[in-house]
Amino acid sequence: MSHDHGHGDKPFLAHHFEDEDHQFDSGKLGIWVFLVTEILFFSGLFCAYAVYRGMHPEIFVFASKALDTKWGAINTCVLLFSSLTAAWAVRNAQLGQKKGLILNLTLTILCAFGFMAIKYVEYSHKFHVGLKPGDLYAPTEGAYPEKHQSGAKARTVALAQAGDVHSPAPPAGDAPVVESPVAQDEHGGEHVAHGGEMVPWDDPRVPVETKNRLQIFFGIYFCMTGLHGIHVLLGIVVFAWLLTRAIRGHFTPTYYGPVDFAALYWHIVDLIWIYLFPLLYLIH
Amino acid sequence: MSHAAETTGAHAAHVDRGAHGGHAHGAADAHGEAGHHHALPGWLLFGTWVLLMGLTGLTVFSAQYNLGAFDIPIAMTIATIKAFLVMLIFMHLLWDKGFHSVLIFGSLLFVWLFIGFLMIDRGQYQPSKDLFDRDVIQSQP
Repeated sequence: MSHDHGHGDKPFLAHHFEDEDHQFDSGKLGIWVFLVTEILFFSGLFCAYAVYRGMHPEIFVFASKALDTKWGAINTCVLLFSSLTAAWAVRNAQLGQKKGLILNLTLTILCAFGFMAIKYVEYSHKFHVGLKPGDLYAPTEGAYPEKHQSGAKARTVALAQAGDVHSPAPPAGDAPVVESPVAQDEHGGEHVAHGGEMVPWDDPRVPVETKNRLQIFFGIYFCMTGLHGIHVLLGIVVFAWLLTRAIRGHFTPTYYGPVDFAALYWHIVDLIWIYLFPLLYLIH
Repeated sequence: MSHAAETTGAHAAHVDRGAHGGHAHGAADAHGEAGHHHALPGWLLFGTWVLLMGLTGLTVFSAQYNLGAFDIPIAMTIATIKAFLVMLIFMHLLWDKGFHSVLIFGSLLFVWLFIGFLMIDRGQYQPSKDLFDRDVIQSQP
């Protein structure tokens, strides 16, 4: 680790630190500052989420149906268990339990792979049914399963401009739109009755442009879970490195900073998922 | 499992701390424990995890019911309880230096302000958004 030891029997004590506590405290302060930047980093996406959900709650309610709560819940459990093993790895390192440390680091890595495997299943299904981010959004038939009880008012959209599929930006579901007096359809009388009416999103009369507003949800979903997934992948790399060091017996009760710091990072990754799960998967 | 170096290491930790007592340990020393080298008991870690799993079950369970305006506050309250469990116990904040708590809770305060002010701002624009939507409809052919 350190190229210039100068501390005799303490091979991992860098020369610019007074002692192991000094090194540990410096590293700990560093990781906490890093975690603060991580939280602020993610907060931008949470803001985007809050603004779009505030503007278009009906989009979030309906589009969330396409997410599988079962996989989301399983992934939450996988991450929580990996948080336990990461915290236990720190305990093992503090107590000098080499075998336990190796076991818990391995379990943490396996959980991280499990999380990514489930994420892969979810992503590939979404891509398969065309629920892609941005302009790639092109849902196929049945992309939105009937997960919730139908007829719930919240999952309806205002059918303000029925029958006009050529409109550049048809408005979607807001109370003032519903109350709007402009419910005529100059293309034919048969659509007039639907103007301003609240209908389900999958109603065939909803213009395709209005339906495509659902892509906002998937843009946010892929950005938030994608950035989180990148953090999980980085965690795998870090824990794999720790595992090799643990096998080589580097960690002792006075030198276990890297295990502690990586575990702190891992807990933040878990913490962000704790919020992502209900915000994305559990929406009414 | 533990070779000689590790057991002597544990002793060294205490001796070391004694030698540097009062040096940059702050809150950790107040517990009279071995500061940040104090390992949390297994039952506490396991119990926290069980609680976290239970709260996950609760949030999934509560999502089965349409609680209207309470949906988001309930889900966020449960998530925040879980977040506190993770931060205070798994991340050792209860036994760690107070300054680390200041850092993390300070950042969460700023996130709260960030989102809060943004939502206030968004609310101010709601009438404009409604008008825009209405104009778009009226301008339709």
